[in-house]
Amino acid sequence: MDRNEPVRDAGPSRRRFMVYTVAATTLTVAAPLGCDTQRADGATQASDVLVTGTDDEMLVLEVTAANEVVVRLPRVEVGQGITTAVAMMIAEELDARLTDVRIPLADARSKGNQYTGGSSSVSSLYDPARQLAATARARLVTAAARRWRLPAHSLRTWNTRVVAPDGRMATFGSLTASAARIRTPDVSSKPKPAARHKVIGKPTTRIDARDIVTGAAKYTGDLAVAGAKPTVVARPPTLRGRLVSLDDTAARALPGVQAVVRIPGGVAVVADTFHHAFQARDALRITWAPGPLAPLSDKEIRSRLRAAVPRLGTPPHGSAQIEGEFAFAFVSHAPMEVLTAIADVRSDRAELWFSTQTPMDARDTVADLLGLAKSAVRVHVMRGGGSFGRRLEFDAAIEAALISKAARKPVKLMWSRNDDTRHGRMRPASHHRIRASVAGGRVVAFQHMTASVGESSDKAGLTAQTGGVRPLPSDSGLYNFGRVGGDSGGIELPIPLGAWRSVDSGTSRTAEEIVVDEVARGLHQDPVAFRRTTLRSKAVKAVLAKAAAAGHWGRPMPSGTAQGVAVHEEYGSAVACLAEIDATDPKNPRVTKVVMAADVGTAVNPRGLEAQLMGTAVDGISTVLRAGLHIDRGAVREGSFADFHYARQRHAPLEFEAHIVPSGREPGGAGELGVPAAAGAVANAYARATGTKPRSFPLDF
Amino acid sequence: MRSYSFVLNGKRVTVEAPADMPLLWVLRDLLGVTGPKYGCGVGVCRACTSHLDGEEIQPCTVPVADCADRTVTTIEGLADGDTLHPVQQAWLDCDVAQCGFCQPGQIMAAAALLERTPHPTDADIDRIENVCRCGTYSRIREAIKKASANGG
Repeated sequence: MDRNEPVRDAGPSRRRFMVYTVAATTLTVAAPLGCDTQRADGATQASDVLVTGTDDEMLVLEVTAANEVVVRLPRVEVGQGITTAVAMMIAEELDARLTDVRIPLADARSKGNQYTGGSSSVSSLYDPARQLAATARARLVTAAARRWRLPAHSLRTWNTRVVAPDGRMATFGSLTASAARIRTPDVSSKPKPAARHKVIGKPTTRIDARDIVTGAAKYTGDLAVAGAKPTVVARPPTLRGRLVSLDDTAARALPGVQAVVRIPGGVAVVADTFHHAFQARDALRITWAPGPLAPLSDKEIRSRLRAAVPRLGTPPHGSAQIEGEFAFAFVSHAPMEVLTAIADVRSDRAELWFSTQTPMDARDTVADLLGLAKSAVRVHVMRGGGSFGRRLEFDAAIEAALISKAARKPVKLMWSRNDDTRHGRMRPASHHRIRASVAGGRVVAFQHMTASVGESSDKAGLTAQTGGVRPLPSDSGLYNFGRVGGDSGGIELPIPLGAWRSVDSGTSRTAEEIVVDEVARGLHQDPVAFRRTTLRSKAVKAVLAKAAAAGHWGRPMPSGTAQGVAVHEEYGSAVACLAEIDATDPKNPRVTKVVMAADVGTAVNPRGLEAQLMGTAVDGISTVLRAGLHIDRGAVREGSFADFHYARQRHAPLEFEAHIVPSGREPGGAGELGVPAAAGAVANAYARATGTKPRSFPLDF
Repeated sequence: MRSYSFVLNGKRVTVEAPADMPLLWVLRDLLGVTGPKYGCGVGVCRACTSHLDGEEIQPCTVPVADCADRTVTTIEGLADGDTLHPVQQAWLDCDVAQCGFCQPGQIMAAAALLERTPHPTDADIDRIENVCRCGTYSRIREAIKKASANGG
């Protein structure tokens, strides 16, 4: 693609963007996507730097002759609704019908920001996507004005069409060729002011909802890539166990078996169907040596973690201490769609299909492993059946590439559910020691010391990956707690780990919110009232007030049941959660109701935001009450959803409400936001219902 | 290997397969019907939930031999042409899906429940075992009640 001269368009607010019209026979415009979503004010200099980049770094919008608006998205859809949110931004500024907007996922690029994670997608795309569409709209209007010989400012746009005062209409598709030749539009290319938004902010159903409910939505395993053969891997019983001997005679003799291939993680079987592949896998005679973690079980890991927590310092003189020590187990990401990757590796090139949050890292890693140039490896990004951080890592793609190369044929590799549960990745186990020092009826110091498990490199295992950028948890200075401090330690184990939705906040902030409740109790204050007087941020106070009011905080509850509350602030957003629990049988508690309130700045799709909050509520319920992984002598005990107890319908709240606090701010992050608040609220509700102090999670483990 | 014939989504199909081959892989790998998803292979996640003679089954645990001369319905066969089944319509109206992977199974489980129990209680809905890792349970509950009210 050649570029015409850049058109300088002032952004609507703090940022400026260069938007290009791209030489093409249809109207095609491009906006750079920075790697840094927090680009400085009026960053002309930064824009100029980006001008030197390739088209690869751009968000590109094309209006087709068939009247479709196509934006190839450099992010992955894993259920968070990003394709719908971006389609809404585009439809808003173009006045296009949402049904005319297509958001396919971009292949792995060579440059730019193609990272999906850290709840950054909406905030990083909000300005460029709207600017892009506004630029396209100005050119379409100008093209219609010239065709009709009317002043451009007299025309309006509506339903993917330009409309004249006399009622004449032209579809964008019929104007796209002439709009592509417009250099200087006759109307403004500025995005609308928020007050005129008709699409952004309106609860909107997912653009792919019909495909999903009819079974038409395609995930990697549903693709019919020519010749790609079903493939599974026999893996050791222990984490990173070593293969000692292999006899594949019986397996190879079975019908439908195409190849048996050794890879670092185990032995792969390529067959005509997954049934044949599983049967042949089970017929392999393999002797495994225990993995490097074999001497260790939960108990030893826990005591080593505990010992790695830095010591709490000396408390302020004359203060009384409220302390808690917390343990969180390993947790599986367990996306419904197990890791699946199709690879077609040839001598001079490779092509892969899989769902990934980090396609550029994946492509580079696969190219290195195969000894190919990066430009010779194509990665097609597929929609994912859930992720929760799991698809930051691309273990299956690496294996599929190695297997395809060795077997000399395209393969469709699927991890079994056992593979997924027993070989990771998982949220690291962590240990926390928290102390609030109280004097004169208030908290004068707050310390949080923590240690978590880190993944040590292991040459026998998969290549160490650098895909995941780990966002830091928010400061623990949410409250006016005087001298706030903390430190972290850790232990390194050869165990496959990965960032899990909300990362460290999911454990650290949950533990802190439990201590906040215990401090309130110690000071004979109501948990909501105590938070109101000690929280620093107006936004957090506002969401707490909303959740407390909507959830009827303090209503009389029967014995054995209770309400609990918690808050969190991160990604430029604030959230509060109120949970009601029925713990009349303390061994079998049920969260009966959850009310959440969030301020995420501009909520592009309130219905999507509500869905994200709902998901985090169930994550909180699961990780606090039942869902965790045990390590027994170097192996994960659990093997599927039969024993990894992620919540089912009977554990989900009978009532769920999400309240979105209106805000004129630019969008913050939302996808991970709710986890710590939900987990904290569930733990606090359990504590109040049972009169216990929850310390080790999941509680029923 | 022998051949098995059954009615799939209204059409008679015949496949050559080992008797113990699970229906799931017959559907997905031999017939290209990919709506039913693999999530565990042992009938506990229920992402593959479909119907056999109108009753709920988990095709990952049903051998193809058990389906001979019977009627199999997957998510692809639930709608009447372009007219969605009331459960599918309720799923759309409530915008249930997030990642969508478990939803064909959830919808087939809900349709089977409403077939047995046209007006399910919360306790009836609680008995649905299908896992949704995105946690869409509240909207699933709402959609089932909506479909029930609409005669699903």
